[in-house]
Amino acid sequence: MRLIVHNMLSCNIRGVVNKFPLRIEPEKVIVKEVDFNPDFLKHMIAKIDWKALVDGARSMGYPELPDHPPTTLESDESFLRKFHHSLLELNLEEGSLVCPETGRKFSVNKGIPNMLLHEDEV
Amino acid sequence: MSSRIASIRLVSSHREVYEPCDDSFALVDALLADRTNLIEHNPKVCMEIGSGSGYVITSLILLLKNEVPGVHYLATDTNPIAVRVTKETLEAHGVDADVVCADIATGLDKRLAGSVDVIVVNPPYVPTPEYEVGMEGIASAWAGGENGRTVIDKILPVVDLLLSDKGWLYLVTLTSNFPEEICLMMRKKGYASRIVVQRSTEEENLLILKFWRDQDEVSHKEISSPTFLAHFSRSLSLLMEKRWR
Ligand SMILES: C[S@@+](CC[C@H](N)C(=O)[O-])C[C@H]1O[C@@H](n2cnc3c(N)ncnc32)[C@H](O)[C@@H]1O
Repeated sequence: MRLIVHNMLSCNIRGVVNKFPLRIEPEKVIVKEVDFNPDFLKHMIAKIDWKALVDGARSMGYPELPDHPPTTLESDESFLRKFHHSLLELNLEEGSLVCPETGRKFSVNKGIPNMLLHEDEV
Repeated sequence: MSSRIASIRLVSSHREVYEPCDDSFALVDALLADRTNLIEHNPKVCMEIGSGSGYVITSLILLLKNEVPGVHYLATDTNPIAVRVTKETLEAHGVDADVVCADIATGLDKRLAGSVDVIVVNPPYVPTPEYEVGMEGIASAWAGGENGRTVIDKILPVVDLLLSDKGWLYLVTLTSNFPEEICLMMRKKGYASRIVVQRSTEEENLLILKFWRDQDEVSHKEISSPTFLAHFSRSLSLLMEKRWR
């Protein structure tokens, strides 16, 4: 699971209010190289919850992101490279995603998060 | 350059995962037929709901790969084995999508709402007794409940939530799903529709429908439902005649 998806996942259990972001408990993190595409990154940055990304990357052992994205991205290749690496190249292979409110764990196996709910949670 | 799609030889399989079949091929043919429009559409986020073997999402990625760079692809399936098989099929073709095991889009719907530009769905559409819907194992790949509509009718509101203002949906249906009723339902939510591919096999009469938000649709609301249904059956019979000629 890449952080671009983590940034879109929230806990869907009925009645839960504080459902995002899910806390990452890593067991195995791998890095898969992805082509660098600045236009894609500039488009995505508006949709990304920055704090969730920073904390997610940190919990996966990559503390390089600044607390706030720079105001102009155009000339800042070194920032874009870090953003690229965090968003698209870090992969949670094994581990869990934990709901901030209930502590419910969603497992991640072979890089795939399982967001299915039990019957009593729907 | 001819456009590439997934190659059956490289599609991973498992006895509990739906294998690419006439419906999967018809859906990919619809995407191929609409490829120029898709390229012009310039989607940023594309998603498949119920990806099964991964044949369709892999084909979509290959189809757009060289033309539309920087697209984010997502795929979901309720079957935990299917999501793994989807991932294997993607890897075998050297492409990537983010795969999530989810019921339609559980966990994704809140943050992804209004952002998806293309959704493709080959849902469980076979009319079956209601209790077969969503059972564990391979039956959930086809079991569609009454008129084959139980899962489709759950998917449509989620699709409406996820699609961006310019969003498109490609949906596999059978004539026994009452597709004209599906189109009418979607029209009330502001979508226009058309049949992209019509195909009759020995067992089933498949229709691949495309939906898009139509700004004018509000003013078209005056068209009465019977008139709309008459239009639909006329265009369907025209399509079927053309094929037999
Ligand atoms: C007819 S198969 C299509 C598989 C593949 N997309 C293809 O075209 O070959 C339907 C797929 O939808 C999945 N499915 C069924 N109900 C679902 C749901 N509620 N949410 C997500 N996927 C579902 C099934 O597990 C199955 O893989």
